[in-house]
Amino acid sequence: MFHRESGVFKTSYAAEMALYPLPIAKWAVAAFAGLFIVIAPLTLGEYYISILNLILIACVGALGLNILVGYTGQISIGHGAFMSVGAYTAANLVTHLHAPFWITIPAGGIMAALIGAVVGIPSLRIKGIYLAIATLAAQLIIEWTINHVPAISGGVQASIQVPRPSLFGMQLRTQAQLYLFLMFFVVLAIVGTANLIRSRIGRAFIAIRDQDIAAEIIGINIFRYKLWAFAISSFYAGVTGVLYTYYLGIANYEQFQLTVSIDYLAMVIIGGLGSILGSIFGAVFVTLLPILTRWFLEDYGWLFFSQGDLLNAIPNLRLILFGGLIIFFLVVEPEGLNRLWRNIRNYFRVWPFSY
Amino acid sequence: MPEFEWQFTLVLLTNGIMIGLMYALIALGFVLIYKATDAINFAQGEFVMFAGFLAAVAAEIAGMPFWLSSLLAIGGMVALGFGLERVVLRPLIGRPVIAVVMATIGLAAVLRGTAVMAFGAGTRAIVMPVSDEPFELGPVMLPPVQLVGAGVSLVFLALFTWFFLKSRIGIAMRAVADSQQVAMAMGINVRRYFALAWAMAGIVSALGGVVWGTMLGVDNQLALVGLKVFPVVILGGLDSIMGAVIGGLIVGVVENFAAGYLDPYVGGGTKDFAPYVLMILVLMIRPEGMFGRRRIERV
Repeated sequence: MFHRESGVFKTSYAAEMALYPLPIAKWAVAAFAGLFIVIAPLTLGEYYISILNLILIACVGALGLNILVGYTGQISIGHGAFMSVGAYTAANLVTHLHAPFWITIPAGGIMAALIGAVVGIPSLRIKGIYLAIATLAAQLIIEWTINHVPAISGGVQASIQVPRPSLFGMQLRTQAQLYLFLMFFVVLAIVGTANLIRSRIGRAFIAIRDQDIAAEIIGINIFRYKLWAFAISSFYAGVTGVLYTYYLGIANYEQFQLTVSIDYLAMVIIGGLGSILGSIFGAVFVTLLPILTRWFLEDYGWLFFSQGDLLNAIPNLRLILFGGLIIFFLVVEPEGLNRLWRNIRNYFRVWPFSY
Repeated sequence: MPEFEWQFTLVLLTNGIMIGLMYALIALGFVLIYKATDAINFAQGEFVMFAGFLAAVAAEIAGMPFWLSSLLAIGGMVALGFGLERVVLRPLIGRPVIAVVMATIGLAAVLRGTAVMAFGAGTRAIVMPVSDEPFELGPVMLPPVQLVGAGVSLVFLALFTWFFLKSRIGIAMRAVADSQQVAMAMGINVRRYFALAWAMAGIVSALGGVVWGTMLGVDNQLALVGLKVFPVVILGGLDSIMGAVIGGLIVGVVENFAAGYLDPYVGGGTKDFAPYVLMILVLMIRPEGMFGRRRIERV
């Protein structure tokens, strides 16, 4: 990730597929882990850690969506709804059975995976624009169902209180404790995705993305693998939903509407399709964008707007920036932040020489 | 089960047809773009909203008469269509579907933010110079606004059908949609027709904005009308104007029946739900819709 190699010296497939291409990569990852797992929660204040927590949650979802969109080439505008499936599954398990987190998180993921696989069934016959519209329909139908079935939504407000998870009999109270809890799942998601992509399944996903008919001809059962892609991706989404519910302390369908699906698509596009590092960049970027916009306008907004306009301007400016950046990245840098990062790295690889 | 009342059914049916024709008008903008450029416009609802804002603000602030403010909205939307095609859509020619989908989603966000920032968050009204007295037809009451809207829809749907079948420009557009390379080889200026398609979609969206804005009032909620476009075009077929009409009628009638007959049982909201269920069924059985062209894929 953060190393410099001087050329390609791989002589075996095992070396090509290794998780750590060079020994230094291991040290770089260890240093990063130390920084984020030990130093960050000890030094930062509650508020900043709560922002980091949001980023961590988004990382899981963005990784999941990238498996589907970036690696398998299938579109989903329904990931917000899959998250809500996970969230409500967990919330109901907690309220009715007092289930601990190590049951609710996999259960939420599996439930979302099942629903996701059902939504993915049309993907055998339809693709591209049609699939986008079908998943959009799934988003609206799931949202409506949760909102209108009291057995799922727990009443008129469609929101269920969920207490923070407890670990070894101790409830996670501070943001720093929650941060470490979330970090565990993010690491799991990163390692899981990295290994998935190296595996037979991951290679099949990539083959389907590059040319699905050709993939079928060389013997990949595309129906099965497309369903796998939907299921795995929705599993991540379900887990994201559960984590977000624990973070907020409440399961509410309004947290998982169409705009959330679009936010996650934006993360994947801005970060870089088909890249793990890109998903993380995207999650950081899209989560920070509204927060930074607000900070900036609260401090310097009076330069441009009157006091009354300012409250109106913040959400709208955020929308304009958000949409504008999506368009900007699509038009100017289709491979996203990940590509920008690679360009910078390649520049420094041979630095200070120009070639 | 309430007793079957034919009057109630008739009211639902006529309302559905009226609303359906107005849906068809918005769907037409979507179909025009898809037919000519193969691009999917997820910002169609925002186009309609933006046009509504233009017309409402022109009438309210500059005190323009209705027809002048409508013309201004049309002009503004044509300019916007040209501009967006040039800046956003043209660089994406030949890129995968998801790029275009995401670009128009981004566009939707930008338009929504810009409209509210420039014109304010309050609801504005467009006043059409027709009487408020509903037009009575037996048990059915038809507001003149809806009649005008349905009439405008029919006229433009007919106009564009003729345009694509007979006019030279329309035929060139179909050629471009069919195969950009072959069209280019035949000496058709592909870029110009792309720009033209977006401008035409701008005209249609402006009409839709004025009609829907008169009915619902203009604020950022008006963009939600765009969500109804998808069931309409999937039902009818993405590249068929005839399909937009039939799809619009079906969606209009289905959602009115759903609202009339199902809402009492499930507690509301079926209006927005039923068209999507119908759409999923169509996607499963016949993805290209009723009048759409089946695409054959080659490796």
